[in-house]
Amino acid sequence: MKRVFMKGCEAIAEAAVRAGCRFFAGYPITPQNEIPEYFSRRLPEVGGVFIQGESEVASISMVYGAASAGTRSMTSSSSPGISLKSEGISYCAAARIPMVYANISRGGPGVGSIQPAQMDYMQATKASGNGGFKMMVLAPSTVQEAVDMTFAAFDYADRDRNPVLILCDGVIGTMMEPVVLPEMKSDEEVAAIKNSKKWAAIGHKVDYANRGWIQPGNWSTAIMQQGNEEAAVMYENWQKNDVQVEHYQVEDAELVMVAYGISARIAKTVVDKYRADGKKVGLIRPITVYPFPYKAIENLNYNQVKAILDVEMSIPAQMLEDVSLAVKGRCPIETCLCSGGNLMKKEQVMDAVAKLI
Amino acid sequence: MPKVEIRSESCKSCGYCVKFCPKQVLAIGDKVNSKGYEYAKVAKPEACIGCKMCGVICPDAAIEVYK
Amino acid sequence: MEKIYARTKGIRPDVVSGFCPGCMHSTVIKLIGEVLEEMNIIDKTVAVLGIGCCGLKMEYMSYDNITSPHGRACAVATGIKRSNPDSLVYTYQGDGDFASIGLAESVSAANRGENISVIFINNGIYGMTGGQLAPTTLLGMKASTAPKGRIAEEHGYPMHMCEILNQLTAPCYLERTSCNTPQNTLKTRKAIKKAFQNQLDGKGFSMVEVVTNCPTNWGLDPLKSLEFLNEKMLTEYPLGVIRDNG
Ligand code: SF4
Ligand code: SF4
Ligand code: SF4
Repeated sequence: MKRVFMKGCEAIAEAAVRAGCRFFAGYPITPQNEIPEYFSRRLPEVGGVFIQGESEVASISMVYGAASAGTRSMTSSSSPGISLKSEGISYCAAARIPMVYANISRGGPGVGSIQPAQMDYMQATKASGNGGFKMMVLAPSTVQEAVDMTFAAFDYADRDRNPVLILCDGVIGTMMEPVVLPEMKSDEEVAAIKNSKKWAAIGHKVDYANRGWIQPGNWSTAIMQQGNEEAAVMYENWQKNDVQVEHYQVEDAELVMVAYGISARIAKTVVDKYRADGKKVGLIRPITVYPFPYKAIENLNYNQVKAILDVEMSIPAQMLEDVSLAVKGRCPIETCLCSGGNLMKKEQVMDAVAKLI
Repeated sequence: MPKVEIRSESCKSCGYCVKFCPKQVLAIGDKVNSKGYEYAKVAKPEACIGCKMCGVICPDAAIEVYK
Repeated sequence: MEKIYARTKGIRPDVVSGFCPGCMHSTVIKLIGEVLEEMNIIDKTVAVLGIGCCGLKMEYMSYDNITSPHGRACAVATGIKRSNPDSLVYTYQGDGDFASIGLAESVSAANRGENISVIFINNGIYGMTGGQLAPTTLLGMKASTAPKGRIAEEHGYPMHMCEILNQLTAPCYLERTSCNTPQNTLKTRKAIKKAFQNQLDGKGFSMVEVVTNCPTNWGLDPLKSLEFLNEKMLTEYPLGVIRDNG
């Protein structure tokens, strides 16, 4: 397998192209600019379309349109830009339109800072727009994982006819790492995927029942409720089938850290440090932050685990609420936090662990 | 001889066809459809010249014209 | 006997439109259907619907359609058309959608010369939400959020979208029409056909602004609304071709 050295944002864009993404619309915002810039060079080479929209709001609407025509489509932004996109994301979820988007998140709230942060957890996993819809949310902690997740995200999106979010902090987005890229889907494969979407709005014979009808809502409350019920079943199935989680040195651990994305990567080095001294420290790393790996935390042996340490680059802590739901008060939960664009420091995590063992 | 047909169920009694028929063929009738509208009727069929103006102006595509 | 004026296949045979009596939304939707049928392109057409009364169209029409977020129809249409150039894509938007909340999307699509057609319904008011002030509301005209009527010092002046877009280089075709008489209705039909033909010929952005009525929120019966349309709306919004590079 050939390894190439790539920046996180560019690797995400290339993985998307290899997955058959042929439409991208986005708007400049730091620290995700390399994604649209890469697409603007790359998509014309493969017969795809890149558009710099007049705003985030317009860009997500363009993606909604392109994806409604059956094309594998993507957008990306950073935190405040994602807020603007929430309108179109909600429309995609309501109309069950598959699309993929990446949040290369930065410090918040508001315009916040352009430095990396994990402050959009709640927005990503609980309410990414109006109406209570859910999406699969994948949180990479390496550039390789960002690549693999982006590639897979298009399959999840098409399988479920639902948006999928790559929740990626600014560190992973901007760091360079060696990666193995997935194999490029052929033009025939890409065309076959598009043609398989019989529901797409591209024009049909005059036939009311079988016309392409993209409905992000309905006059009938009965139809609305039915759609929401179907979506709820899908969300429950994710919890059964699609949870991804990494257990790292958890088996005999007396202190378990829970961390995702870049924080998990730092936490892992802390585990190694303590393990070298014979200290029983472990890490649970949610890979899908939605569906959240409640079971992994719920099923810990609480006779053995003395404390949980929630590590995240957000103040106030956000993932903490999901961790608490799983721990159910069976052991203390402490936090190790930073925010506003400050990077989690290994020493800070070391100290936080030291207090608990 | 030209002929107009009114789909009474589609008519919403706006009166546009009556106003724009150059030969006063049409009138608002006194019967109501299931939606409660007093639908248009062909009052003077023999005067129709088949100009289609009623069909063109009708918002609700309630009028069809034959020749 | 030969049928010389038939109900178009572009609307469903068995459905009554949800629009109010005399509302020219119905007329324009009918005309669009007639043109698509005449051009034999219904089966490749996608209508992109704005929010508001425009949405009443989706149950009434017989072919592919998508409802866009409020104001974003031109962006949605851009996405569909660029990723599927073989489709005929048109937006169907009211004045609130096209000229207020969607102004950036509308002007930007026009400025890019997107190869789409816009059917812009200007009735000077928000219909569905109950008669609020629109960017196209006439001076002095009352609205539920402008109880004393539109006041220039407070609300600014009615917006003329054809003229605004005419400041851009890219648009191909801009015409303002109405459906206040059979003759003007036929002109609107012709303008819609031209806008669609321009798209088939790859000529870029075309817009037909149809000055229409809202009997319900104008508080007038259909025939009275015609008078208001003739006397007031068409004075502010004169009909005609504003640009034709077709
Ligand atoms: S076809 Fe002409 S003359 Fe006949 S009813 Fe219609 S408008 Fe009148
Ligand atoms: S124009 Fe059409 S809807 Fe109006 S009264 Fe005549 S038939 Fe009825
Ligand atoms: S509210 Fe106005 S614009 Fe809407 S359907 Fe009724 S008359 Fe037409």
